[in-house]
Amino acid sequence: MEQNYPIKRIIDDKGILVDESYEQTINEELVKDLYYNMLRIRTYDRKSINLQRQGRLGTYAPFEGQEAAQVGSALALEENDWVFPTYRDHGATLTFGKSMTRTFLYWNGRVEGCVPPEGRNIFPPAVPIATQLPHAAGAAWAEKLRGTKNASIAYFGDGATSEGDFHEGLNFASVFKVPVVFFNQNNGYAISVPMEKQMNSKTIAQKSVAYGMPGVRIDGNDCLAVYFETKKAFDRARNGDGPTLIEAVTWRKGAHTTADDPSKYRPAEQGQHIVDPMERMELFMKNYGYWDEQWIEEMKEKTMNEVEEAVEEMENYPAPNVEDVFDHVYAVMPKQLAEQKESYLAHLERR
Amino acid sequence: MTKMKESSHEEVMTTQMTMIQAINDGMRLLLKEDERTIILGEDIGKNGGVFRATEGLQEKFGADRVVDTPLAESGIIGTSIGLAVNGFRPIAEIQFLGFIYPAYEQIMTHVSRIRMRSMSRFTVPMVIRAPYGAGIRAPEIHSDSTETLFTHMPGIKVVCPSNPYDAKGLLIAAMEDPDPVLVLETMKNYRSQREEVPIGKYTVEIGKGNIVREGSDVTLIAWGAMIAIAEKAADQAEKKGISCEIIDLRTLYPIDRDMIAKSVQKTSRAVIIHEAHHTGGLGNDIVSIINDTSFLYLRAPIERVTGFDVPVPFFTLEEHYLPTPARVVEGIEKVVHF
Ligand SMILES: Cc1ncc(C[n+]2csc(CCOP(=O)(O)OP(=O)(O)O)c2C)c(N)n1
Repeated sequence: MEQNYPIKRIIDDKGILVDESYEQTINEELVKDLYYNMLRIRTYDRKSINLQRQGRLGTYAPFEGQEAAQVGSALALEENDWVFPTYRDHGATLTFGKSMTRTFLYWNGRVEGCVPPEGRNIFPPAVPIATQLPHAAGAAWAEKLRGTKNASIAYFGDGATSEGDFHEGLNFASVFKVPVVFFNQNNGYAISVPMEKQMNSKTIAQKSVAYGMPGVRIDGNDCLAVYFETKKAFDRARNGDGPTLIEAVTWRKGAHTTADDPSKYRPAEQGQHIVDPMERMELFMKNYGYWDEQWIEEMKEKTMNEVEEAVEEMENYPAPNVEDVFDHVYAVMPKQLAEQKESYLAHLERR
Repeated sequence: MTKMKESSHEEVMTTQMTMIQAINDGMRLLLKEDERTIILGEDIGKNGGVFRATEGLQEKFGADRVVDTPLAESGIIGTSIGLAVNGFRPIAEIQFLGFIYPAYEQIMTHVSRIRMRSMSRFTVPMVIRAPYGAGIRAPEIHSDSTETLFTHMPGIKVVCPSNPYDAKGLLIAAMEDPDPVLVLETMKNYRSQREEVPIGKYTVEIGKGNIVREGSDVTLIAWGAMIAIAEKAADQAEKKGISCEIIDLRTLYPIDRDMIAKSVQKTSRAVIIHEAHHTGGLGNDIVSIINDTSFLYLRAPIERVTGFDVPVPFFTLEEHYLPTPARVVEGIEKVVHF
């Protein structure tokens, strides 16, 4: 079965182009776009970990090592597509247009962090594992019924494939042949549980067979492969050819969250041999004449500034509004809830 | 280690434990003393659980008895049913109560009624453990307090210890019970206090509350993390000359009706405190119990200080969701000055 799903690569660990069919399609603009976005989200990610350590953010789920998978897939989307991320996919949502300030706010215990900019269909991160897969199928179904060319993408981890919602989401999508891409980041672990204890199948891509949809296994640390394979899946979706399951094989370099201690379950040397996705892109850029030291320095400064500004904005954000505890639960607040709100606000007044 | 007087003639060896240590110790004993015991859940083996409740247990008892399962709550509970009807005694861990919902069907339609549907031919003596509750700045959805989804379910018992001693004793009692028991563990109390806990096996009877403070003017009824809130409120009320009796319910189904009735008949006033949502909260059942048993003793309508009818907010606002000592004191003053 594993042989049926060879890992697709466009560039190898040394940054050499191994799929020559892409020689003409790869251009400077794309390469720089991919690299810049990886740099940007990595800067954001590392900053978040630091802020958490300083007590300036709550528990945080880092994604270092998964930048290529998140950026490559997110850049393959069109403006009106739908994105259904998990708590680890803020690299993808930032790339697709979510505000950085709001992303910080999310990790700082602010519901404002769930709200995407106007015109961007980014769902709040799915915290209960795998629940977002049927949502993505449903949103795609609506686009199909309406006859648009829009599609949706569901991000999920290897652990999510064990939940019933994984099956239900894929099955609905294929039964109704809806334009959705199920984008799995197989980062090796679901908290402490390695893939081989999570499932008895050697790949996640092969699960597509059961649903009669294409399954693609890609090197998730090869940003170009992720980008082009996701694009292909979206092309199929937009052409009415239904869903695709993509397995992007990657690696979670850090902890599951800042509250997790991987030394409990993962040998320190595991994964050390995996070439970092940004490093790999750097090698590629150097090999093929895309590397521009001055541009890199400019981009580093730009991303640093953007991150610092977003932190400042997050920290100076208006204090949370107590009324928000009550106000967004119903369109029209039922009387009994209105009474609870009124009596609580009166209580705060008295104090 | 110290010796604690259990009863007049028995001396029991005890040691200082937090609630999480007491739970760990309870499970260790259950694994050691009954080879049918099997623990299953997400990240409970090698990792020792996300709260370290099962720390060291897989190392000691092996991966066949302390099992890291795939990430699937329905699978965990569904297979626990199969294990239980076929001779094992599962302790299933659900990582957070907020993630139990995929297993709701298994619990509602099978765990709770296999005995009835098979006229006791099949039974599922098993324990489901689930950390729950707000107030620890957890990410969203980790903070639910939805105990009444389970107290409303005939066929399963629900317990909710608030301290190390009760946690171990109730866990062991739950395992000895012939019926399924859901053990709700208040995350806020996992490491909040240490106390002397017996080293060996002991049980805290399911269905029995505990009077944690005696008083004469008003009865406060609470459980889990709300016990600490009730105690703080009672301290403040005492400064105002009001004497509070506090009942730690400990078991949410079946409720200790006698203890509630006896206390309320003595104090003639009651304030119920729970962090679950107001509507459909267990407070309503307690009001009915008082109504049924003690109506004519009451000198004031019963007060309920609860979470609101809203999803538990993100952590910057969770303090506004949870009952506070100040809100409880207002409730106390309201019933006392009625
Ligand atoms: C229904 C449900 N059960 C349990 C959890 C607790 N939990 C959070 S993340 C996680 C592991 C998820 O692993 P995976 O799907 O591989 O994604 P990754 O975190 O590796 O990105 C678990 C068990 C949850 N959030 N939801």
